[in-house]
Amino acid sequence: MTDLDYQVIVGLEIHVQLCTKTKLFCGCALEFAAEPNSRVCPVCLGMPGVLPVMNRLAYEYSVLAALALNCQIAEFTKWDRKSYYYPDLPKNFQTSQYDLPLSYDGFIEIPLETGQSKRIRIIRCHLEEDAGKNLHTSGSHSQVDLNRTGTPLLEIVTEPDMNTAAEVKALAAELQRIVRYVGVSEADMQKGHMRFEPNINLAITKDGKAYRTPITEVKNLNSFRAVERSVEYEIQRQLDEFLEHGTTLEMGNKTTRGWDDDRQMTVLQREKEEAHDYRYFPEPDLLPVKMNETWLADIRSRMCELPLQKQQRFVQTYELSDYDAGVLTADRATAEFFDEAVKAGGSAKRVCNLLTQIGLKMANDKGVSLVDLGVSCEAVANLANMVDRGDVNASASTTIFEHMVTTGKAPAGLAEELNLVQKSDSSELEAIVKKILSDNAQAVEEAKSGSKKAKKAQGFLLGQVMQQTQGQANPRVVSQILGDLLRS
Amino acid sequence: MQNICLDMDCTQLRAKVVSGELSSVALVTAVLDAIEVRDTQINAYITVFREQALARAAEIDARIARGASVGQLAGVPVAIKDNLCFTQGPTTCASQILAGFHAPYDATVVQRLLDQDAVILGKLNMDEFAMGSSTENSSMKKTTNPWDMNRVPGGSSGGSAAAVAAGLCSVALGSDTGGSIRQPASFCGVVGLKPTYGRVSRYGLVAYGSSLDQIGPLTRTVRDSALMLNVIAGHDPKDSTCVDAATAPLCDYTADLDAPVEGLRIGVVPELNVGADAQVQTALNTALEAYKAMGAELKALALPHADYAIAAYYVIATAEASSNLARYDGVHYGHRTKDPKDYVEVYSKSRAEGFGAEVKRRIMLGTYALSSGYYDAYYLKALKVRNLIRQDFTRAFQQCDCVMMPVSPTTAFKIGEKTADPLQMYLADIYTISANLAGIPALSVPCGFDSQTLPIGLQILGPAFSEARMLRIARMYERQAQWHKHTPNMS
Repeated sequence: MTDLDYQVIVGLEIHVQLCTKTKLFCGCALEFAAEPNSRVCPVCLGMPGVLPVMNRLAYEYSVLAALALNCQIAEFTKWDRKSYYYPDLPKNFQTSQYDLPLSYDGFIEIPLETGQSKRIRIIRCHLEEDAGKNLHTSGSHSQVDLNRTGTPLLEIVTEPDMNTAAEVKALAAELQRIVRYVGVSEADMQKGHMRFEPNINLAITKDGKAYRTPITEVKNLNSFRAVERSVEYEIQRQLDEFLEHGTTLEMGNKTTRGWDDDRQMTVLQREKEEAHDYRYFPEPDLLPVKMNETWLADIRSRMCELPLQKQQRFVQTYELSDYDAGVLTADRATAEFFDEAVKAGGSAKRVCNLLTQIGLKMANDKGVSLVDLGVSCEAVANLANMVDRGDVNASASTTIFEHMVTTGKAPAGLAEELNLVQKSDSSELEAIVKKILSDNAQAVEEAKSGSKKAKKAQGFLLGQVMQQTQGQANPRVVSQILGDLLRS
Repeated sequence: MQNICLDMDCTQLRAKVVSGELSSVALVTAVLDAIEVRDTQINAYITVFREQALARAAEIDARIARGASVGQLAGVPVAIKDNLCFTQGPTTCASQILAGFHAPYDATVVQRLLDQDAVILGKLNMDEFAMGSSTENSSMKKTTNPWDMNRVPGGSSGGSAAAVAAGLCSVALGSDTGGSIRQPASFCGVVGLKPTYGRVSRYGLVAYGSSLDQIGPLTRTVRDSALMLNVIAGHDPKDSTCVDAATAPLCDYTADLDAPVEGLRIGVVPELNVGADAQVQTALNTALEAYKAMGAELKALALPHADYAIAAYYVIATAEASSNLARYDGVHYGHRTKDPKDYVEVYSKSRAEGFGAEVKRRIMLGTYALSSGYYDAYYLKALKVRNLIRQDFTRAFQQCDCVMMPVSPTTAFKIGEKTADPLQMYLADIYTISANLAGIPALSVPCGFDSQTLPIGLQILGPAFSEARMLRIARMYERQAQWHKHTPNMS
């Protein structure tokens, strides 16, 4: 029996597409699914004689994201050319940042399932241009679509601080939430706005000796599920490989693997870390970027409360469950809507219920976001108060919310209009209850008996009252009166 | 009228056209006819736009006849080096890899010529991708020197210099990465100006060494040079390295051209000058004496790092070139090999077939210099040398208004004389390279002839953005020496 223990070590390289209107170095529009090669100009086509001009907003978006990731912002950065030949790269070099990235030394707090968070260090974030796409759909020839060429990409590199596949997925999801909050990316996975490349290996202790498995890099993952599954797969594969062949980390035995989604496994792409020589050198056609206090302050002023802070505040201040707080803070507009509704006087718990159980469901069904339902946060606060006061019951609140969406009317008026206002006046209800009791002598007897049938009989009597009042009686008040009368 | 462009400079021709004394059509026709006759021997042009030029001339004549206002180059025949993008005709850089390539846009300088109503006659020959000092590296044709048909016109803007010297256009544009305007200007006896890096937009200039390249005019007179600079200088939002007016204000470079510079202090570098041929040194000294006679003071200076300029230049320029020329790969445009086995062959064969020997040599040099493990020893060290050279000039200009030296150690050499020894060809760039490394303006103005009646150029280097004063300094001498009145005997 061998004594075996291991720790998973994962670092991530992430590319996030920024949501500027135009490309990084020319004025071409960024547009998903446009006709191939229709969003191009001499500059992004790399025609002879063209020169790049930096998109200042893309730089500001990058700095904003870097600030949200607690990074240091460089006062001086420059651009570098990274050379390699590929048909989707018209200049055969990519303009990127090599030794002086625009930001460095940051961290991201990722929420764990325990409700705690974990800090993952960020090595650097830098800005670079995307390449085009090679299409292999027309027989003997490949085609190239250069619409994507020159799209601004923020590259984020983490330290290998993640130790489970779940943490890797959590980081991916948290990063998506952050870049959406600060408004620098749509972070739409389906459109390839976020691409992940985990570097994975294991630190193994076997019979008191320490080993490391060779690092594998899994390229170009564009769904959370693929990120998680590929890491899980790699952990097992590396463990098996180690146990079977005893392969350990050496210079140059890093491999690159791809994720086969159909077979749910990673496949080898490059055996050895090929001696890549990108021949980086400073881009002579672009000026270095100097960040000064004024500019940085201006960018900083666009910062908002970040999702995890908001989530924690919702838990602490409003006493929401971590789950509910997570749902409400999934996107910034919803979280802010919630905050506003509470500020408008709704109780946090009730507003939370209305939004998570009705509002978000309706929004989801309609395929819009909560804030686009056309319901104001004041209206939601009013509805919450009506429920809390007992003016309407919980099921009525669903109907009212639905009508608020379709008609745009205020909740109080709708409750009247739809006859959903509860009767809570005890003297009025007492008369009705008395009448029901005198009409149902047998049930009263059973209810008073304390036998097995008592509860059922009491329920029957309550039902009779509700029927008599066409459902408008406040069941809580009726139960109270019923109980009192049956005990007397 | 032997040759109208040799009889009058651009400034004079423009005046005659605008006054109606000479129609642009007549002028352009005369020059096109001269091209037809003479260019069979000179071979300055790669492409001539006969029809388009005549149509444009007619249009300008019509506007003048209507009394409409016209630009600073109204109706004047100009020509441009074939590394400037122009939607008319092909833009080849004299390379097979771009043979038949039609640029989809106009270079900023081309647009500025057109905005000033110039008539662009055609595209001029050059060393392939501006790599060379004799225009012998053109894959299109061999341009000859109008002063001696057996000799080179210099390079890489050899077509531009030869065309201006032979009167096959009034003025021309060239580009200068390590002397490519000044050296051919000197070999052909015309005025060549490389402006300060950032004074003229490079947008649409097919890049060779991006941090060194600069567009400038080749003209018969200093006045034309000033006029052309007026047209092409100024900020361009499409070129991030092109400075705005706040950094370096523009001025009318022709305005005070004839006003001599009072108390002129000229820096000379005796250590450097001794490397030039005796006749070149004599011509330089005679010019310096002329300046002294006009009241200038000569100051002996040292440029301590000048010896390292060629080495630094050939590392930086080739490194940038290796990257700039990576795009010519047969995938998107330009020459593509026939029947490639796979996409790697599209690259390797298209490039092997499309580039000439000198271009390949420089791409390989630059690729090597940037390679992992060599970067620090070559590229980074070259950048340090470049800084030292820049500092040399900063110090020099604390003591003088300009520095004067030869343009080239020799006059025009014979065709084929140096092609076997590329290193000898590189070493001849000794006087011109420093200005590109330092980013400062420099010009070549004719200063006499050697015993074989081959022109010699005087080089004037000035502080960044001092073009106006440099042109005045050049004009002081030109007015006195009148070398520009000499024209080649091409019969």
